[in-house]
Amino acid sequence: MKRVYPDKEYCIGCHLCEVACITAHSKSKDVIIAFREEQGKDGLTACKKVFEKGDICVAISCRHCDEPSCVAACISGGLHKDPETGRTVYDREKCVGCWSCLMACPYGAIKRHPTENKIVKCDLCEGREGGPACVAACPNQALKYEER
Amino acid sequence: MLFQPINKNYHEFCIERDPELCINCKVCVRQCSYEAHYWDEARQKVMHDNTKCIGCHRCEALCPTAALNIVKKPSDFRTNSLWRPVFLQNIYKQADTGGVLLAGMGSPVDIPVYWDRMLLDASQVTNPSIDPLREPMELKTFLGAKPRKVELATDKKTGKVSLKTKLTPQLELDVPIMFAAMSFGAINFNLHRAMARAATECGTYYNTGEGGLHKSLYKYGEHTIVQVASGRFGVHRDYLRAGAGIEIKVGQGAKPGIGGHLPGEKINDKVSETRMVPIGSDAISPAPHHDIYSIEDLLQLIYALKEASEYKAPISVKIAAVHNVAAIASGIARAGADIITVDGMRGGTGAAPAMIRDNVGIPIELALAQVDQRLRDEGIRNNVSIVAAGGIRCSGDVIKAIALGADAVYIGTATLIAVGCTICGRCYTGKCPWGIATNDPKLSKRQNPDIAAKKLSNLIHAWGHEIEEMLGGMGLNSIESLRGNRDKLRGIGLSDTELDILGIKHAGR
Ligand code: SF4
Ligand code: SF4
Ligand code: SF4
Ligand code: SF4
Repeated sequence: MKRVYPDKEYCIGCHLCEVACITAHSKSKDVIIAFREEQGKDGLTACKKVFEKGDICVAISCRHCDEPSCVAACISGGLHKDPETGRTVYDREKCVGCWSCLMACPYGAIKRHPTENKIVKCDLCEGREGGPACVAACPNQALKYEER
Repeated sequence: MLFQPINKNYHEFCIERDPELCINCKVCVRQCSYEAHYWDEARQKVMHDNTKCIGCHRCEALCPTAALNIVKKPSDFRTNSLWRPVFLQNIYKQADTGGVLLAGMGSPVDIPVYWDRMLLDASQVTNPSIDPLREPMELKTFLGAKPRKVELATDKKTGKVSLKTKLTPQLELDVPIMFAAMSFGAINFNLHRAMARAATECGTYYNTGEGGLHKSLYKYGEHTIVQVASGRFGVHRDYLRAGAGIEIKVGQGAKPGIGGHLPGEKINDKVSETRMVPIGSDAISPAPHHDIYSIEDLLQLIYALKEASEYKAPISVKIAAVHNVAAIASGIARAGADIITVDGMRGGTGAAPAMIRDNVGIPIELALAQVDQRLRDEGIRNNVSIVAAGGIRCSGDVIKAIALGADAVYIGTATLIAVGCTICGRCYTGKCPWGIATNDPKLSKRQNPDIAAKKLSNLIHAWGHEIEEMLGGMGLNSIESLRGNRDKLRGIGLSDTELDILGIKHAGR
């Protein structure tokens, strides 16, 4: 399956991928409204996180692992592996906010929702024309959406 | 922020942030290598310090909401055509520091740009123009000495004809444009690699500059011109044999008569290994080559390098465009050089004393016309190719340079602009916000060689197409027919002396 692969060699730590992610997952799809209103009100958060240490930066989001630890750890069936698309899918309704997945993910790719007892996780911008928003926004091609 | 010493208040730029648009994402904070933007904890928003902005426009380009506008500081000094603001600012600085003023990139001084005062011809009716989309166009260029006459030998038995004249080594270019000398060290490895790849893809050359050649780039050697400058950094047998051509750098258009200085901060492990200097130590190339004090000395070096490369690589000598450049070029041709590179005063550089950059040398157009004419008059034009450099901004400049007598051109500043340079002129600080003139690992990452190589080859291809269009418009189907064909040029608004030096007629004649 196609995944988003980060390249630490050329990630410049601008965090534009996070900006794009937030906008893509906002109701308004408008960067200014998303940040000004939806962020505070709805707790809109990026599904990805740019980790930085010294010169090294890398943007991490869900790897959609073949054998996901988060799915194994999930007690409520809120996470499952879609056998057709290969994606690790999150079902917000079923999630009980126990944070088991968050602790199980070896990449630290799952975040807590800031205002609700829910998680925030990359869905590869399902349904978005042109694929994941972060990949499209990265100014240095440090994210690649491809089959490897 | 406030209560700055007086000279700080004469900063050049102001940051305008539109509060309606700014989403406080801090992208600008992370992108500004001069720390002009910052996160203000007390106000809980992104703020800025205008005095730190150097006008590189990096933040403006990356702001996701286009909230930023970098403008010239609106408060200016009282208008005075003698005491222009730059002189005041310079004096304030020097009164504080007592030091030589350094500057990066080419001179911003308002000297005439003759490219803009020359117009090209186009054919009408009798000598029809050619459509480059339908007819083949030849941009192929060979650099190196050409034989005076060609002798053929016929095999008595088979009757087969073969070439008897021995040809000297040549550089073969698919388009008459090469990437100018920019050393690894002055620019980073990502860009050196990108230039090597783009030159290979476009069938042209890039020049190592005075910094040696990293071992991992030897594989691009067929598209590399290796430079030997006064500091002899990174020069050894394998290096000399790695390139397809060798260039002796005598002078540089941006700073004629001045050596080079790569500050210690730019010398990391890779640069140190390539240049053969210790990590962190300054690499100083003296102004003169300490073994060249006459044309005879130059001749010795030229032949030493020919020996070293087993006579397989043409030898170029690069000089700055200065007074009497034509006579100097004639001497160089007679000393056995295969190529002469003339670099005009608008050439760029990583660092030069500002006074030298702005006051020494002459424009490339005048130098080029004179060198070509002198070599023709002396009957030795075929002994050398001429490469023009120093302020070539577009394909129009390239084609005019060729009509004035150049065989090919070097592009340096245009190369950097293609990968983002905004000519902010602070290359010497090592903080290049576009990740070009820096080896800081955090900044040089901003140049992804995949993107950079693509941009560079796009540029060369685009200019190549435009050159074909212009040639077609003149009714020519090969760049060879334009070389030194000054009848295809006319001057506009130039004095008789200028026209005479350029060897062209005025428009209307
Ligand atoms: S947008 Fe690209 S370069 Fe910027 S932080 Fe994200 S991955 Fe890194
Ligand atoms: S990058 Fe633009 S939107 Fe983001 S903080 Fe800076 S000015 Fe505001
Ligand atoms: S990034 Fe460049 S233009 Fe923007 S504030 Fe910093 S120095 Fe000025
Ligand atoms: S190379 Fe970098 S520092 Fe130099 S002028 Fe260009 S952008 Fe500025």
